[in-house]
Amino acid sequence: MAKYLFLIPLFPLIGAVFNALFGYSIHKKKGEKPIHWLAILMPVASFVVAVMVFVNLASQSGEHKLLTNHLFEMVNIEFVKINMAFAVDQLSAVMILIVTGVGSLIHIYAVGYMHGDESYWRFFSYLNIFLFAMLLLVMGDNLIVMFFGWEGVGFASYALIGFWYKDVNNASAGMKAFIVNRIGDFGFLVGFFLLFWGLSGAWTEVGHHYVMGEEHFTITFTELHKLFANEEFVNAFKAKTFMGVSLATLVPLLLFVGATGKSAQIPLYVWLPDAMAGPTPVSALIHAATMVTSGVYMISRLNFLFSISPWVMVVITGIGALTALFAASIALVQRDIKKVLAYSTVSQLGYMFIAVGTGAYWAGIFHVMTHAFFKALLFMGAGSVIMGMHHEQDMFYMGGLRKKMPKTHMTMLLATISIAGLPGLAGFFSKDEILWKAFATENQAISWWPYLVWGMGALAALFTSFYMFRLYFMTFSGENRADRIPVTTHHGDDEHHGHHEIKESPSSVTIPLMILAFLATFAGYIGMPHLFHALPNYLEHWLEPVFETSTEHIHLRHGLEHSLGLEWGLMTVSIVLAFVGFFVAKRFYNNNPLIEDDPNNIPAKLKKKFAMFHEILFQKYFVDELYFFFVVNNLLRLNNLLSWFDGKIIDGIVNNVALVVKIFTFFAGAIDKYIVDGMVKGVGNIVFTLNRRVAALQTGRIQTYVIGMSAGLVLIIIIRYILL
Amino acid sequence: MSAIGLNHFLILATTLFGLGIFIISTRKNVIAILMGIELVLNSANINFVAFSRYSNGNIDGHIFSIFVIILAAAETVVGMAIVLMLFRRYKHVNATDLDNLKQ
Repeated sequence: MAKYLFLIPLFPLIGAVFNALFGYSIHKKKGEKPIHWLAILMPVASFVVAVMVFVNLASQSGEHKLLTNHLFEMVNIEFVKINMAFAVDQLSAVMILIVTGVGSLIHIYAVGYMHGDESYWRFFSYLNIFLFAMLLLVMGDNLIVMFFGWEGVGFASYALIGFWYKDVNNASAGMKAFIVNRIGDFGFLVGFFLLFWGLSGAWTEVGHHYVMGEEHFTITFTELHKLFANEEFVNAFKAKTFMGVSLATLVPLLLFVGATGKSAQIPLYVWLPDAMAGPTPVSALIHAATMVTSGVYMISRLNFLFSISPWVMVVITGIGALTALFAASIALVQRDIKKVLAYSTVSQLGYMFIAVGTGAYWAGIFHVMTHAFFKALLFMGAGSVIMGMHHEQDMFYMGGLRKKMPKTHMTMLLATISIAGLPGLAGFFSKDEILWKAFATENQAISWWPYLVWGMGALAALFTSFYMFRLYFMTFSGENRADRIPVTTHHGDDEHHGHHEIKESPSSVTIPLMILAFLATFAGYIGMPHLFHALPNYLEHWLEPVFETSTEHIHLRHGLEHSLGLEWGLMTVSIVLAFVGFFVAKRFYNNNPLIEDDPNNIPAKLKKKFAMFHEILFQKYFVDELYFFFVVNNLLRLNNLLSWFDGKIIDGIVNNVALVVKIFTFFAGAIDKYIVDGMVKGVGNIVFTLNRRVAALQTGRIQTYVIGMSAGLVLIIIIRYILL
Repeated sequence: MSAIGLNHFLILATTLFGLGIFIISTRKNVIAILMGIELVLNSANINFVAFSRYSNGNIDGHIFSIFVIILAAAETVVGMAIVLMLFRRYKHVNATDLDNLKQ
């Protein structure tokens, strides 16, 4: 099975290349069908192979299950060999299943959503390349291959977010995503270089004893893992410093900067909400199955590196908790349905970073998985709603869709319950596990840190429950408010559909929704908390070997190892918070017609009372404006300065040099023209003048010649006979 | 005045030669030039005959002059033919305008 691993990323690549090359003409001649059939078939084929790989992997005996597929050698420097190789262990197996599975569903969904788009083929080509890049990222056997995927995902997201590039906003959202990601990638790269430096010749003969029995060092994750399990090496690594900071701190921190870019954490999260500009399937793909989970995956993959430095763990959990709370509070007041979901994603990613930061890597991956299901479902449901509302995204103009779109309504409701953390559904188990681990794991740097992180996480959970049910009630309950849409914001091209005809989306949209709804409901049962001792925790058990080195560094706090009571207590708190959020949202928004002056309209009154608060939240803490003021503006100013420098100084130097050269050449030219040429021409002139004189003798008239001849004769006679 | 001797013939021949050269170099008409050439040739003939008469008395000079006369006739034929061709081509036989040799 191992030698077929390469098929998994290859299939989407084929689809992407084929549609990119021939899609245009196929779309023109044969319509949309061949395009989406190919584009869907490829990820589905990948999914099938992925399932087979998973089964094969599961049937392997022993703790360390690993399938590798070596394709070709990329770099060969004496002891170091870097291969284009794929590896699947327990962690990547879970990831490829999520990526290909949810990815395939999104492809199917896109058939309905993108129907009639003029660049249909381009869209599916991009979607496939996105999957290809993401699979490269999760299947890469070493950091280099992973980095290819890492960059490829960045490119694909740029292409897809700016898919409708004719609108300036979309195009600039794509560029924003790309640039912000580049900043993260820069951190990632520097971290990677420092890591390589920090390996300090572990592959040379001197350092050979670190890598026991390896002939060549190939910097695969397996070898890195082995290295970092070696105490001697870890101490050498910690002792190595760069600008006074230990590599053990610096490398994970820089890699984490990369993760904040890709996984949208403070301070680099700003691109993700703007990524809403892309078509909804793209949002679902970016937010759920791919891209944003890559940071979490990378940290889990390099867990042995991250867990050796307690301070890094503090930073990661801190950023994660802050992001979770911050983004959740923004989501409380947003009106755009996709904006709410976008900030919700940022917030949920914060939870994942809390998990990987506390060392509960499996919980992070668990949340990646459940989040992939319910967030993909929420986005696709929102897309379905937006289609039903004829491209209206403002929730204030929705409402009453429960009866009009029953399938969308049911699936969205399940997803909402799942993400809000009401007990029994997938989101509850993963989020609760994260909060429990955040609370109970000992922090080696700051002893009170777990309380703070847990507090922020719990508050964010309350917010999550509130904003999700707010979204649900505003969209589905009460009466439809589409008649209040101001004419200007209503898209003109939908005029012929008629204003009030809201109907359920086609089956290519609703079937993926139902599959995801099933997963979002039941996926939680593979990672049951330890409380229920009778039930096995399949996922944790499955992922355990991957994280075994780092779990040596992670301990539960003293006295908490067996305190079931506390775990029950915390779980109760989460459940209560989730229900509080639900009831408040229900009281505020259920069947609320949202008329400004209505005395029963509590949100409007609160909005009036706390107008400033509302404004700050609604404007997203003015982060974009701050970025613009402090970063973009200064960059522009720097840009202007450099432009001035270039224009005046550099160009001045160049111009002055040019002037000197010009003067010099003037003189050189004069010498050439008057002296050298003069000499040449002078000789010519003399010859020419003489020639003219002499040539005058040759008249062509015989008589002149006769005269000359006679004169010559006379002359000879005179000289010969008279003078001599 | 003494009896007519060789010098008189030589002076006559020289005069004829000079006149011939004068005609060749001054006349515009090609036929006139040909006539000048006849004069020059005939001046040479006079010289031949004169030298023949006043030297050892054989007839070499006479034969030579007859030869020259025949040659002059032939030359005149060729010359007239050329003149005819010139006339056909240029519609005139003006020697001063026939300066194509310059090129």
